[in-house]
Amino acid sequence: MLAANNLRSPLGRARGLGSAKEGLHHWWAQRLTALALVPLAVWFVAGIVHLATGGEPYEAFMAWIANPCNATLMILFLGVAFHHAQLGMQVVYEDYISCQSWRTAAIVLTKFAAYGFAALGIVSTLICCFGG
Amino acid sequence: MVELSLPKNSKPTKGKAHPAPAGAKNIKRFQVYRYDPDSDANPRIDTYDVDMDTCGPMVLDGLLKIKDEMDATLALRRSCREGICGSCAMNIDGGNTLACLKSIEDCKGDVKVYPLPHMPVVKDLVPDLTHVYAQLASIEPWLKTDTLPPASGERLQSPEERAKLDGLWECILCFCCSTSCPSYWWNGDRYLGPAILLQAARWINDSRDEATGERLDQLEDPFKLYRCHTIMNCTQTCPKGLNPAKAIADIKTKLVERAG
Repeated sequence: MLAANNLRSPLGRARGLGSAKEGLHHWWAQRLTALALVPLAVWFVAGIVHLATGGEPYEAFMAWIANPCNATLMILFLGVAFHHAQLGMQVVYEDYISCQSWRTAAIVLTKFAAYGFAALGIVSTLICCFGG
Repeated sequence: MVELSLPKNSKPTKGKAHPAPAGAKNIKRFQVYRYDPDSDANPRIDTYDVDMDTCGPMVLDGLLKIKDEMDATLALRRSCREGICGSCAMNIDGGNTLACLKSIEDCKGDVKVYPLPHMPVVKDLVPDLTHVYAQLASIEPWLKTDTLPPASGERLQSPEERAKLDGLWECILCFCCSTSCPSYWWNGDRYLGPAILLQAARWINDSRDEATGERLDQLEDPFKLYRCHTIMNCTQTCPKGLNPAKAIADIKTKLVERAG
């Protein structure tokens, strides 16, 4: 934890680079997205169960997603779930990756992937609704 | 940084066995972590068979009996022997607590005594607390005001305002909580840990203090504050029955309040 060859004073080490004066937004967004995911996840699982027990899978899904309520909830679910996932993964990286460059690389890659997959899912949903 | 196993030179080996005096009938075995900074040897676990018929009831009594009568080389911190100074904080029977408040009877099997986890060890049961003390200094744990004190010299507080400090002022800075926190183990260089954050909450909640906003500014940081993931080891282990996790949650709530 503390390098023995570091001659900086203990207080200087403890203060480090000072406060980032941010972190609240990240923490609050993680809580709000978690809260939103409770009903959205219940709806998503109920939808999957409903579709899995229906008749023709493809036709059943296209009819289900064409419903404006289902399409809206699907877009919300995809956006919120991927946003929540990348927020959570960032916390995990900050906890466990001590090398600054590896940590930053992991956070950036995860953010790009999360928003890429979210956009892909949302565009796919819109195509199912309007372009199918 | 995450360290799931000890470095090679920190792995404890089997140490010396110190038998009980002849004729002792009621024996309790102590397994004590020993580390001698003057030798290159790894730390070792020494065993001491203590005659309980001539020993006090607490783990500190046992350790002092060992030091007085069996092995004077054992190093440990202690002072008040009644849970108010916080000196004898150590890891006993798998949990952090004060040796003077932990009953030997409550230890199942052998009494296993280690220094506070994940701290540099000075010798035996004595951890290096330089960094936690520096972290305490970094939150400036004293009353900060711009207003001059009234002519009477006393800054008044209503009983309700004073009550907000209950559960905070009682902390004795033994650091059982901080050294039980995995977040503090992994990121203790930057995360302030439960003990220091409870102290910060003590000043944030003090109605006489005029630097509340400045204190919150200093804490709002992904590492200094938000490494707390409500693991609750701190609250579970506190030998004074305090709730650092709640104090940290209060700081987070105040930051939300301030933002909107």
